[in-house]
Order: sequence, then C-alpha cells, then structure tokens
Amino acid sequence: MSGILIIAEQRRGELRPATLEMVSAAQSARRSAGERVAVALLADEPQRLIPGVSVAGVDEIVTVQTAARDFDPDALEAAVGALIEARRPALVLVPHSIDSFGYAAALAAKGNYGFATDVFRIGYEGDALLATRGGYGQKVNVEVDFPGRAVVVLAMRGNMFKPPEGRATPAVSHFAAPPARARVTGLEFIEPTASDDIDMTSAEFILAIGRGIGEQANVARFQELARALGAVLGCSRPIADAGWLPKSRQIGQSGKTASACKLYVAMGISGAIQHLAGMKHVSTIVAVNADAGASIFSIATYGIVADIFEIADALRAHFPH
Amino acid sequence: MKVLVAVKQVASLDEDFEIRADGKDVEADFLLRDLNEWDDYSLEEAVKIREAATTPVEVVAVCIGPDDADEALRKCLAKGADRAIRVWDDAMLGSDSIAIARVIAAVARREQPGLLFAGVQSADHAFASTGIAVAAFLDWPHAAVITQLAYTPGAAHAVVRRELEGGVLHEMRIDCPAVLTIQLGINTPRYASLRSIKQAAAKPIEVLAHADLGIADSEVGEGGSLSRVRRMYVPEKGRAQMIEGSIEEQAARLAQLIEERAGGAA
Repeated sequence: MSGILIIAEQRRGELRPATLEMVSAAQSARRSAGERVAVALLADEPQRLIPGVSVAGVDEIVTVQTAARDFDPDALEAAVGALIEARRPALVLVPHSIDSFGYAAALAAKGNYGFATDVFRIGYEGDALLATRGGYGQKVNVEVDFPGRAVVVLAMRGNMFKPPEGRATPAVSHFAAPPARARVTGLEFIEPTASDDIDMTSAEFILAIGRGIGEQANVARFQELARALGAVLGCSRPIADAGWLPKSRQIGQSGKTASACKLYVAMGISGAIQHLAGMKHVSTIVAVNADAGASIFSIATYGIVADIFEIADALRAHFPH
Repeated sequence: MKVLVAVKQVASLDEDFEIRADGKDVEADFLLRDLNEWDDYSLEEAVKIREAATTPVEVVAVCIGPDDADEALRKCLAKGADRAIRVWDDAMLGSDSIAIARVIAAVARREQPGLLFAGVQSADHAFASTGIAVAAFLDWPHAAVITQLAYTPGAAHAVVRRELEGGVLHEMRIDCPAVLTIQLGINTPRYASLRSIKQAAAKPIEVLAHADLGIADSEVGEGGSLSRVRRMYVPEKGRAQMIEGSIEEQAARLAQLIEERAGGAA
C-alpha cells in the first residue's frame, strides 16, 4: 500500500486555498520519488475544478461527482470512505478546516484509519509515520504515530505549506460515489452582515484588542488610541462575541484575515490558534500582554510584557493629535 | 427528552512546567484544570432548550476523566445540568479523542438523548474530533461548528447554522437525534450563583467504568485509539524580540516602530 490521496476542498464550486497547500504537504510526506500523489475532487461538477489542481506535484486527479453542490457530511464521508477502500492509499490528507471538522473524524472512526488533526509536520522514523501537532495551547509540540494502521488520515493545518508554483497535466480518472443518506440538507449560505463600513482585509495598520481589555467600558480608550495612531481597530473573538465591537472587526479563522496589514499591534490577546490564523503572516507583529507565557509571543516580531493600559497611556502621549 | 452534553476537564500549563520522565506528557503537577471553554456554551445551549420547552427536558452532563474531572461536572451541575456522569478507569489511560468518543457513544446509547452536544474542540489539545466521532459510533447525523440552533424538543429535525471560515454561515436542516459540536458565541453562558454552586456540591455524580457500558478492554486506551503520543517536547523559542525596560521605554520603542512602519498613516 502506498500513495498519497489529497481530498480537495471546495465551497460553492470554488476550490479552497488549503487544497494546493496540501499538494506541497504531500511532497514533504513522500517516501520515495516514485510515490504517487492523487487529488480527489468531490463536487457536483468536479470537472470544473480540474484546472485548479493541475499543478506540479500532482500525478493524478480523481473526479467524484456528488449529488449536492454544498457540503453534506454524509455524502463526503461515504464518497471519501469508498475511495479510500478502493485505492488503499498509505496517507490521506484533508485540510484542518470547518468542513473537515464536520466529517473527517467520522470517516476515520468508521474506517479504523490512523487519524490526527491540526498537523503541521509529517515525517518518518524508520517505517513509522510521525505527525506533529501542537498541545496545551501550542505551548508544546506533540508527535503522534499510528501503530498497525495501513491507512492514515491527517487533517493539515493551513498556512504551513506554500502552494506549488509550476503547472502540470495530471492524468484524470473518475470514481463513482456511493449513494449517501440524506440526513443533513444544506439550506442557504448567509454572508456576515456589514455592521460597520470598515474592511479589515484592506487595513495596513491594525491595533487589535482582546480579552485583556477586561470590560466593555475600556473599548473606547482603545478606539481613541487607534484613531490617534492612525490604526484600524480590530479584535479577537471574545470581544466580538460579547458585542463590544462588531463582528466585522474580528480577526481570525471565523473573522477576517489581515491580508493587507503591514503592522499589527495586539494588546491583551493571548493568541489562540484561530486568531493567529488571521494575522500571523503580517510582517511586523507587536504583542503587548501581561502574561509572559502568552502564545502570541511565539509568533510576534516584537514582544512587550506589561500592563496594556499603562502601555496604551504611555504610547498615547507620543501621538499628541 | 434528554440533551446529553459531553464535557472535558481541560488542562493549561503553569508558567514553568516540566515534561514527564517518559517524554509523553507534561508532569501533572504543572497542569491547571478547568471546564473546557466550548463546553460552557454547549451546556448553556442545552439549559436554554430546557427553559424554553413546554415538555420535560433533562440535561445530562457526561465527562470522561479521572476523579478530578468531577470539578468540571460540578460546574455543569451548578450552571443547570440535572445530572452528571463520569466514566473512568485505568484501562482508559492513553485514549485518544476517538477512544473517548467510543465511551461517550456508549453513554448516549444508555441515555437515548434527542440531541448530543460537544464543544467544537478542547482548549488544551484542540483535536476538534471527539463529537463527530461520537456521531460515527452512534451512526447519527452530525454537524460541526454550530453558532445557531432552532430546535423544539421531540421534533424530527433541527435547523442549525454552522460558522465557516471568514464568518459566512451555512444553514442546514438535520435529522434528530443528532450530534452537534457547539461554537463559542452561540449564546452567553450564565454564571453559577453561590447558592447553585452549594447545591451542586451536594448532588451525586454517577461514576462508571468502561466495562459497565459493555465496552471491551481493547476498545479503550492506546489499543482503542487511532493515534498514539510518541513524544511531547517544548518547541524552539518563538522569534519575538522582547522589548525590555520601563513602561515609558517600552512605549517609546513601540511608538518608534509605529513611526517607522506606519509613519504615512499616523
């Protein structure tokens, strides 16, 4: 048994960027130059997605037509399970994404496959496949193995592998998906309401606040500070969930990505992985936190261990207008 | 009708900590325990269903873990759970999220809930897999990362919204009984009153071993798991360059960085 099978992710007919990252992850996990990498496209019109995965590092594309266009956990589980049983790849890669949260564990549990999630490194020791993930809020790394498992399913963390650059013309084959029970039916997609006219994705300088601000009454201080600094005020999830700032200001996996940001000043944000997903790529990150052990210091460019209110006041004095 | 809420007693690390001699976990003395943040929301969602219901609803909290996990269950009882079950025995050491899910599924078979909630993930190891694996063992419909739920006890289906990347919501109809993994922000969890904390301390917690649920020894622990921890280690220190000094000195350096990197904007 050999070969690596990548389960592409699409949403509303568009490939998700995690798909190509997995192609690079697969390259890092190949045991020999001859080990083949196949990408499975599961969609109502999978052939439309072929050009998007015709990239260097892909040997084969498998199209699997699904009944529904939108995510259906039972359909995915049945189709991917049947594909794995038909091909018995040594390694199956899925993105560690909201969609895979919804079916990958069920797939692995039913198939008795080796399984790990949020994996950011794949390696081998002898014949043993090793997957590395974080633990205790990313403060430690955990290496797991899969004794006795012929098939291992790994959900790969996003933004860890650069997508391949070259194009290729992989062979295309088809696989007939088994019928799935209709127990979960997609009704509609709802775009986040624009409760605010700010577009966080275009902001170049973001001052972001988190749980460390303590209470709602303190939001105004940081709003004023952001104005004086010329920054756009953003926040981590707890601030938006509490309704202290609109959801449109939230940076992170379920919020906005700070795509255009060049300077990110995080105050009182401990650095949950979901928040980091929206900002860790920013070239200059300054983290201010009273807790020297906060996870955000592991990805920040500069760190300040101090009371955020004292720093805020002292910083404000440097910007007199 | 019952709602079964699967909760976890999570651990966070003390500022200084040591890795265990076998290199597979942190020494227990350095772990600070608490109820998983996500589970606070799923418990609240279950209690809200009971409060809005016109028919009797029982909220049952279940936790897989050793004695000290009772603390998490007491918290659930104080916040409105009617009953608490804890499952543990030494054979379950080394269980991954899938083996844990098998045990929760066995509890669900006994309790026959109309809905089963789990947190999207746990704050400590963030597998994001236990709840959906429970659904696999039960062969129940499932949906993950739910931020909105419309359900009437006894109804044949529920309407849920799952929260996707970027904040887009996907509304789905799901047949019941079902397993839902609950996302932060679905509600505002209540605080337990002193009175309810006192009352919770006196409530019984049912304690079971895996064999009580008809689970074989080979189905728990490392043998019943799909992965095994081989090594835990502290990664190389992050790249943050620390700005030291007094508050004024730190703020002055930060102001300088802002002038340099965002000078045009300020």
